Amino acid sequence: MSQFNELARNGLWSNNPALVQLLGLCPLLAVSGSVVNALGLGLATLLVLVGSNVSVSLIRHHVPETVRLPAFVMIIAAFVTCADLLMQAYTYQLHQILGIFIPLIVTNCAILGRADGFAAKNPLLPAATDGLMMGLGFAAVLVVLGAVRELFGQGTLFTQMDLLFGPIAANWGITVFPHYDFLFLVLPPGAFFATGLLIALKNLIDDRKARLRATQQPNSPTENRRVRVTGTIR
Amino acid sequence: MSLMHQSQVSRQPTDTGRVMAWLLLSTLPGIATLTWHFGLGVLSNVLLAGAFGIGLEALVLRLRRRTVRPVLADNSALVTGVLLGASLPPGTSLWLILVGMVAAIVVAKQLYGGLGQNPFNPAMVGYALLLISFPAAMTQWAAPHGLLSADGLSLGELLARVTGMSSGMNTGPGVDAWSGATPLDAFKHKPDALLASEFWASNPLPDGTQAAWRNVALAWLAGGALLLYKRLIGWQIPLSMLTAMGVLAGFSYAVDPSHHGSPAFHWLSGAAVFGAFFIATDPVSAATSRKGKLYYGAGIGVLVMLIREAGAYPDAVAFAVLLMNFTVPFIDYYTQPRTQGHARPNRGIKVTRLDDEEAS
Repeated sequence: MSQFNELARNGLWSNNPALVQLLGLCPLLAVSGSVVNALGLGLATLLVLVGSNVSVSLIRHHVPETVRLPAFVMIIAAFVTCADLLMQAYTYQLHQILGIFIPLIVTNCAILGRADGFAAKNPLLPAATDGLMMGLGFAAVLVVLGAVRELFGQGTLFTQMDLLFGPIAANWGITVFPHYDFLFLVLPPGAFFATGLLIALKNLIDDRKARLRATQQPNSPTENRRVRVTGTIR
Repeated sequence: MSLMHQSQVSRQPTDTGRVMAWLLLSTLPGIATLTWHFGLGVLSNVLLAGAFGIGLEALVLRLRRRTVRPVLADNSALVTGVLLGASLPPGTSLWLILVGMVAAIVVAKQLYGGLGQNPFNPAMVGYALLLISFPAAMTQWAAPHGLLSADGLSLGELLARVTGMSSGMNTGPGVDAWSGATPLDAFKHKPDALLASEFWASNPLPDGTQAAWRNVALAWLAGGALLLYKRLIGWQIPLSMLTAMGVLAGFSYAVDPSHHGSPAFHWLSGAAVFGAFFIATDPVSAATSRKGKLYYGAGIGVLVMLIREAGAYPDAVAFAVLLMNFTVPFIDYYTQPRTQGHARPNRGIKVTRLDDEEAS
């Protein structure tokens, strides 16, 4: 059970694909303008991530080392096509809004990274859990980013949720600040800015926790710093 | 980086606080002329932005657990505020100024490590952010009613505008009577069928607009001359920027004078002179070597003209300066001066082969 806790903690927080590994930044920055867009793309990515992790884990003993990456990309592309068709069938308008960014999930490094880095070396259940947790972590950051940008960019929250949830959600939209718009946050530069602040916030929380831990136990173990991540993995 | 290529025996004042104080003094003619032509809104901009600059700098320094007093004494936050305030349309809302100053001081300056560490000109980061975010409010420049005329805003109206929430106030009734396009803006939206001479003959602007802008540019030039005289800035950046603008404007004017502004029009309207002497010469974010400054200034001039002639915005000093700020490490790398005692300057990218290192 502790392995699953570890996987959950890694995916959601300490090795979060968006905030720590900085993978999949292209959709993260491009489609996080509102909660509904972010949630739509986050769910699609989650679906693809779980599917690809499961399939890669299942065939891991049968794929030769030399052709593994093309094979994984083919698997991911198949799942992306499924997600694409599903969204076209059930959430057509949202599919139109997200446009090219749904096919582009194929190139999301977070997915190939988990396939090659984890699923190809682990049995089915941990691989599926890892896919789920990484996908949830990515989707959570997307939704938070979408909420921040929608709230401070347009002054609203949860508008147009009916695109994803059907007519029930038609009036979920809240106008928090009427007659308000701050175009910078709606445009892509605002996404970079908000992502940077989210990373800073995460590091601040980690710092606080580490300091708390250090005061409790004086002999802290040496840290293991990885290349190209924004946090420290312990 | 700012002091990398400066001579050790220069006569200029070296204490940052005094440099910035001279800089503030040099902005006075420009700000006074702006106020004379465009009213008290200019002063409210400058004062508010300066006050926000100091307050935000103190706040961030405190959050960063740095000493507050000595850093504030270098006046740089005040200068950033004054420069941003002078660039904004007169009577800009308090909230917009606050947003702009947060972008300038908190993001562009302190998040990068404070004075001397910022790769981008803080005041122009604030201006560009405001221009992109609030295009309606940022393009409503006051008509040159003059400081004392009754047509301008009264103090009460100004206060209502400045304290008004967000950009809503700037689109209310009566704004047409009070605001007027800038010459660059008007000329940009000249109908294609109209020749330039016919366009100006039709009096497209409120009376005295062009004269007001010319006087403002000349006042900034006077302030810039003081900076040059005190050797606080080099001549390279202003000269190369204005020359590049003049050459490009002269070329297009010579080819087709009926649809392009003359060099004098481009120099004396908008923020060309202000930008050349007060913005582009920021010692932190500009290129540092002498030759590099020439390239840097020329690049800004070219970009300003390209955006003015072919871009969507009537003026482009902020964008041009920010874009050229990107290139500064590159320019500095390729224009390093020769070090005393070395036969050749040490510049460009060196490829060191592994066996060379082993041999030496």
